[in-house]
Amino acid sequence: MTATHPLPLQAAARQRTEPQRPVEKIAVLDLHKSFGSIEVLKGISLKANQGDVIAILGSSGSGKSTLLRCVNFLETPDSGDVVVCGEHVRMRRRRDGRRVPADPAQLTRVRTRASMVFQSFNLWPHMTILENVIEAPVHVQRRPRKDCIEEAEALLDRVGLAAKRHEYPAVLSGGQQQRAAIARALASHPEVLLFDEPTSALDPELVGEVLKVMRSLAEEGRTMLVVTHEMGFARHVSTRSLFLHQGRVEEEGPSAEMFAHPRTDRFRQFIQRAQS
Amino acid sequence: MDLSFLQATLLTLLGGLPLTLNLTACSVLLGGAGALVLALMRTSGLVLLSGPARAYVFVFRGTPLLIQLFMVYYGLGQFRPALQELGLWSFFRDPYYCAVLAMAMNTAAYASEIIRGGVASVPPGALEAASACGMRPLMRLRRIVLPLAIRQALPAYGNELVLMAKATSLASTITLMEVTGLAGKMIAQTYRAVEIFACAGLIYLLLTFFLTRAVLLLEWRLSPRRPRRQPAPPTIRITGEPA
Ligand SMILES: Nc1ncnc2c1ncn2[C@@H]1O[C@H](COP(=O)(O)OP(=O)(O)OP(=O)(O)O)[C@@H](O)[C@H]1O
Ligand SMILES: [Mg+2]
Repeated sequence: MTATHPLPLQAAARQRTEPQRPVEKIAVLDLHKSFGSIEVLKGISLKANQGDVIAILGSSGSGKSTLLRCVNFLETPDSGDVVVCGEHVRMRRRRDGRRVPADPAQLTRVRTRASMVFQSFNLWPHMTILENVIEAPVHVQRRPRKDCIEEAEALLDRVGLAAKRHEYPAVLSGGQQQRAAIARALASHPEVLLFDEPTSALDPELVGEVLKVMRSLAEEGRTMLVVTHEMGFARHVSTRSLFLHQGRVEEEGPSAEMFAHPRTDRFRQFIQRAQS
Repeated sequence: MDLSFLQATLLTLLGGLPLTLNLTACSVLLGGAGALVLALMRTSGLVLLSGPARAYVFVFRGTPLLIQLFMVYYGLGQFRPALQELGLWSFFRDPYYCAVLAMAMNTAAYASEIIRGGVASVPPGALEAASACGMRPLMRLRRIVLPLAIRQALPAYGNELVLMAKATSLASTITLMEVTGLAGKMIAQTYRAVEIFACAGLIYLLLTFFLTRAVLLLEWRLSPRRPRRQPAPPTIRITGEPA
């Protein structure tokens, strides 16, 4: 290691001359996950660079949610690697043989960087909308409460819920709850957003308002992984798509191309079924 | 009707109310803390913790409070030398401490089941959202699980509070002069059991009435309700006397 000293200079020089390399936000490598004897993920890899909006598609039970939940370790993968914002999440084996994240501080960091929006919103029912939004910034990140409130109000304004900030989740419609949940996810300054079928629990007339918010997030260049059955969103908003079938990636590529020219029969059938 | 006798009786018996309240408060607070520990042991998923908690609840819920009280007060008296050696005798010699201890241990068993029910009722999604935003287990417990569990458990806990308030009357059997103890003493002097017990009953009735109202008020204050800015007055349910 004689050349350690000039390296940073070289790197800086390269950055000025060469086109910027994409910044990798999420990398999943050869992920395996079983529930009991059923192998749900059979070696999945996935990469998301800064600004990518990746639609994760597939029929029910193909492992979409499991994959997404492995990225922020709501499920712990049996094997394979997960790298979030350049940080490889270390695992250790507990005495009973189960694998768990080795470092709680790292887990918290990773979960703060990759915020999740759930199908069933999962707002905390005993807190107002504003309290839901400031909970993680104030208590997990320990930022000053006053700043968090200001920021939360701006976020709620953005998702069209400024007037509802002192209401409890129970009195909001599904669409409003999901928009509040998106504001909550944004409040901890995540670098990646994870969505697990964010519109599947909504009445059809409420889907649009949530998709509109998601589209605006995509347009401002956020990195997003979106499990969805909304083909319109996958086709026109997402930059890349990943089609899962029985725990494997069956087809992937730039969304526009994939939808225009599906390469596999299964994906072709999948879009045809979705359209009919 | 001897109104002046009733009035005098009521006034005398009210002299026992502070001790009744004191016994209720101390045993419920102490028992509540114990209940929380027991409930967390039960829901920990570790046999080493949940087993003892389960056994404790089995024993203390399955035997009469009166026997538990006698066990502590009279039973431990048999071990006086040992307790003296440990410096605990002054504690177990005092009927007040014995009553608080026995009642706290008893209510801890019941209340732990109530809290456990509350913990079980916490929606899994709320837990998952807490984990997903980076909360560690202890913070999740403090910020999400317990607030939700306590809200859910509050009505049942109110019943337990009323039961304990009435159960303090058992302390009279180990010489404590709370409301029932005073009533017993007066009856021994006057033989007018009907009037005196009626007065004592009235005092307990009013006590439990105010306790149930207080719990309702707390329930209302903690319930997720419409805009916090303009609170609506509480609608007080008329509930029957808890079993
Ligand atoms: N906690 C669990 N325990 C046992 N089996 C599970 C668990 N979670 C998921 N599974 C199983 O794993 C498989 C994949 O589930 P997953 O939720 O990832 O599918 P999905 O693609 O998200 O489907 P959907 O579109 O219905 O949400 C299913 O067969 C499911 O029954
Ligand atoms: Mg799913």
